[in-house]
Amino acid sequence: MINKVCPSVAQAVADIPDGATVMVGGFGASGSPIELIHALIDHGAKNLTVINNNTGNGVVGLAALIGNGQVSKMVCSFPRSSQSKVFPEFYKEGKIELDLVPQGTLAERIRAAGAGIPAFYTPTTVQTVLAEGKEQREFDGRTYVLERWLKADYALIKCATADPLGNLTFNKTARNFSPLMCMAAKTTIAQAGRLVERGGIDPEHVVTPGIFVNRVIEVTEPVHEDTLIAEGRCYP
Amino acid sequence: MTTGWTREEIAARTAQDIPNSSYVNLGIGIPELVAKFVPEGREFIYHTENGLLGMGPPPGDDERDLDLMNAGKKYVTAVPGAAYFHHADSFSMIRGGHLDVCVLGTMQVAANGDIANWSTGAPGAIPAVGGAMDLVQGVKQIFVVTQHTTKTGEPKLVERCSYPLTGAGVVSRVYSNLAVIDITPDGFRLVELAPGVSFDEVKGKTGAPVLPPA
Repeated sequence: MINKVCPSVAQAVADIPDGATVMVGGFGASGSPIELIHALIDHGAKNLTVINNNTGNGVVGLAALIGNGQVSKMVCSFPRSSQSKVFPEFYKEGKIELDLVPQGTLAERIRAAGAGIPAFYTPTTVQTVLAEGKEQREFDGRTYVLERWLKADYALIKCATADPLGNLTFNKTARNFSPLMCMAAKTTIAQAGRLVERGGIDPEHVVTPGIFVNRVIEVTEPVHEDTLIAEGRCYP
Repeated sequence: MTTGWTREEIAARTAQDIPNSSYVNLGIGIPELVAKFVPEGREFIYHTENGLLGMGPPPGDDERDLDLMNAGKKYVTAVPGAAYFHHADSFSMIRGGHLDVCVLGTMQVAANGDIANWSTGAPGAIPAVGGAMDLVQGVKQIFVVTQHTTKTGEPKLVERCSYPLTGAGVVSRVYSNLAVIDITPDGFRLVELAPGVSFDEVKGKTGAPVLPPA
């Protein structure tokens, strides 16, 4: 019987090597897999390229991973926010590289990787500095920019419910990039608020089919970035 | 003495131009206020980039859901009939031309419809684009709401943007504290003056010619 359940977050991330490209689900605080990120901090893999919409907040989760010196490059659409202090500091000191990608292009590049489409044309960024150096082509009288797929070695994501086959459901806007990242990474690791038995998720309600997921870990009552920051917590 | 429109009044005036049953995306700042001024008899459905169609007002303190945020990372609610979806679907709605109106703030807007609202291009500044470049290319109508000038009195409505563009030739109409102005093939054209504001004042505070109402 296939069983993708992993006993701990520590074990789930233990084989992530230095230099890996890691997608991290979440949009700001919602959907951020804090327990998996903290396990990656404990694990200590370095020189990582991290793909996320943002760069984390406070000194927990993704911001803490950057603060711990493990990330050499961020691929994101919006690297600053009212509570992001770590990334701006590292960026200004030249300790981290930034690849800025418009949000919709970021999502579609990830989707394309999962769907086996190496590149696509989009109207986004036409006549802006972000289109410089990129191939452009006209279709039906309008100009489009060629964008390539975006793959990863690992994806760390948070979901609401998982079963042992890796079928997933999400909660509200905590879904965001996660289903796309599950498709685009060689190894997808999902922390689930609730692990149910086979058949425990109605097939009509599955958002991410298990074929896209490799490891599942139950993390009941996961911590939330905003709560940790409000409590003044730092990691480690 | 200038009177003009307050932030709320700019938002209310903008809402007047959004047709009934529109799917609407509201940017951060004054655009968010548009939701407070839906004209009687109309219904707008709000889209937020992070995967919600049918966004409702902010929650009360006891009904806050940590998994329910908007694109500005603020806690929101979902109205009955709302739908959740992932980011690729969300930007398919945007890029695919399914949204009717997007209301955005700006740093500069030009007479040719160019908009610059993501970066000053200053060295050392951390660039952050978010979904702005997707929105301006994909949504059917782009409305810009803005103060007419910067805090130091520089025009924000200009001949050509000096900041890096978000999109070229994409804006249809501008709502400022002084006036409503259309972007036409001939440049800025006055639609309506705010109370107590003269056309001469608008022309004097605009960085490009403003044509009289058609």
